Amino acid sequence: MTAFLAKRLGFGFLTLVVASVVVFAVMEILPGDPARVMLGMNATPEALETLRNQMGLNEPVLLRYLNWAGGLLTGDFGRSYTYSSPVVDLIGERVIVSLPLAIISLVLSTAIAIPVGIYAAARRGRAGDTVSMGAAQLGVAVPNFWFALLLIYVFAVWLRLVPAGGFPGWSGGIWPGLKSLILPAIALALPQAAILARVTRSAMLEVLGEDYIRTARAKGMPRRYVLWRHALRNAMIPVLTILGLQFAFLLAGTIIIENVFYLPGLGRLVFQAITQRDLIVVEGVVMLLVASVVVVNILVDICYALVDPRLRVRG
Amino acid sequence: MTAEPLPTRPSETTLLRAAFANRSFLIGFLITAAIAAMAVLSFFWTPYDVTNLVVADRMKGLSAQHPFGTDHFGRDILSMIMVGSRNSIAVAVVAVGIGMGIGVPLGCWAAARGGIVDEALMRLNDVVFAFPALLSAVMITAIFGPGAVNAIIAIGIFNIPVFARVARAGALAIWPREYILAARAAGKSGTLITVEHILPNIASILLVQGTIQFALGILAEAGLSYLGLGAQPPMPSWGRMLFEAQTRMMVAPHLAIFPGLAIVVTVLGLNLLGDGLRDVLDPKLRRER
Repeated sequence: MTAFLAKRLGFGFLTLVVASVVVFAVMEILPGDPARVMLGMNATPEALETLRNQMGLNEPVLLRYLNWAGGLLTGDFGRSYTYSSPVVDLIGERVIVSLPLAIISLVLSTAIAIPVGIYAAARRGRAGDTVSMGAAQLGVAVPNFWFALLLIYVFAVWLRLVPAGGFPGWSGGIWPGLKSLILPAIALALPQAAILARVTRSAMLEVLGEDYIRTARAKGMPRRYVLWRHALRNAMIPVLTILGLQFAFLLAGTIIIENVFYLPGLGRLVFQAITQRDLIVVEGVVMLLVASVVVVNILVDICYALVDPRLRVRG
Repeated sequence: MTAEPLPTRPSETTLLRAAFANRSFLIGFLITAAIAAMAVLSFFWTPYDVTNLVVADRMKGLSAQHPFGTDHFGRDILSMIMVGSRNSIAVAVVAVGIGMGIGVPLGCWAAARGGIVDEALMRLNDVVFAFPALLSAVMITAIFGPGAVNAIIAIGIFNIPVFARVARAGALAIWPREYILAARAAGKSGTLITVEHILPNIASILLVQGTIQFALGILAEAGLSYLGLGAQPPMPSWGRMLFEAQTRMMVAPHLAIFPGLAIVVTVLGLNLLGDGLRDVLDPKLRRER
């Protein structure tokens, strides 16, 4: 298990290093001079040169990469060109919107998908299966931002239960903040739940065909117990894999959903930074997202080992 | 993977008959064919000209003249959806082409060479998978300029590792077979074996994956267009229509409903087609469904 963990952490770190080189290189070959972005088109060449020196833009590429990457490791993400405040502070302000949003939608989609998947598998080929899998098939096809628009129309415009967009912050208590995250979370969760339900169903069906399930039923164990206790645990591996992958989708999905609901989260931050050529912010946020995907994948691997003891030994 | 006895390959007519007896395939095929026909038809005929702005008719509801209503410029929504389908299909098809064209050779190469080549390619794959695809697509299109071509490239790049992985997994299962050993004994090169024996045997899984990526490509294009990074006006696109509908939804909800339905129906059709194809082409998976 230790060797397995060490190997996974090593690969994870390697992925981050390669990713940082890619992100840095992409930003490097881009047209546009950050100093010019800050000073505007009418800046004198002298002022431009001074600022370039101050920002370290005249240093060799390798040195600048090492400075930036070293900064990332110590938690110094540099200063934003447009907001002129540290990138870390900007990220901090936005994470408190995006992270709760991602967590709520992940919990929501899991809470819907796993019971539906198990139900469909247990009633395979019957009406309940056909209806729930038909709904899942439809859910996969719905673009989340369109679903978001429909939700806004029904719950914000028509029923006036929740705000149509914006975020009041957490200072006024949990409820107002939570209220403005409900619709975005549902919009993000629906397509994910549909995919997850389908995966759960097929993983369950595969397990339900195994001999030990028949044995458990034959020795008189209740059907429900066999389903939740024996079958679900063995079906968890593919379900966990998809859950891990979905986390990456959720993070990226926030970029559109936060735009639909005008939420001041990471997705909106990075989208605005891209359009304003605030490259240091883009680099920082992208690296943060890549790092969280890598960490989640390692956690998923650890969960594999927890679910399936055989994987612990094999490492 | 252990070599297992091969089932005899069914003839084309048997496969075709099995395909149309499959409910998913049949419905998916009909929907996809209808959408494709609509895109082709839009080149020759649409109810109205989509570049023709009739301000007097702006934001009209559903009527006999305009079955899906009109937008804020008085353009016919049905006509815009018809023309917009071209854009969605073109972007998704080319993006799948890029993914297959680069990913499949890479995956086959990794499987054929094994060892360090395989390891290096698969680790590189992992790096690309660590980037949230949509976020990176937004980055690419925002940086290199919005437009249909850059949207295609952005979506295509993230199809490469998907096809590389599928092709490699498929090829790895074929390589230990006896007829491959025979081909090698006969002195055939790795490339020749891949072209003559591996590719025909993994074609069906690639086809299934292609349909899935096609559907995902349509969704991704709609997302980019919604953010204003896909096809640019006056070329209608489904995602952009939804963006323009958002602020006017209180007065005219039909603006948001029909472009969205177009996306849902298209993606649904492709997914059903993909599911059906998998059932028909891979009987081993069928018993689990």
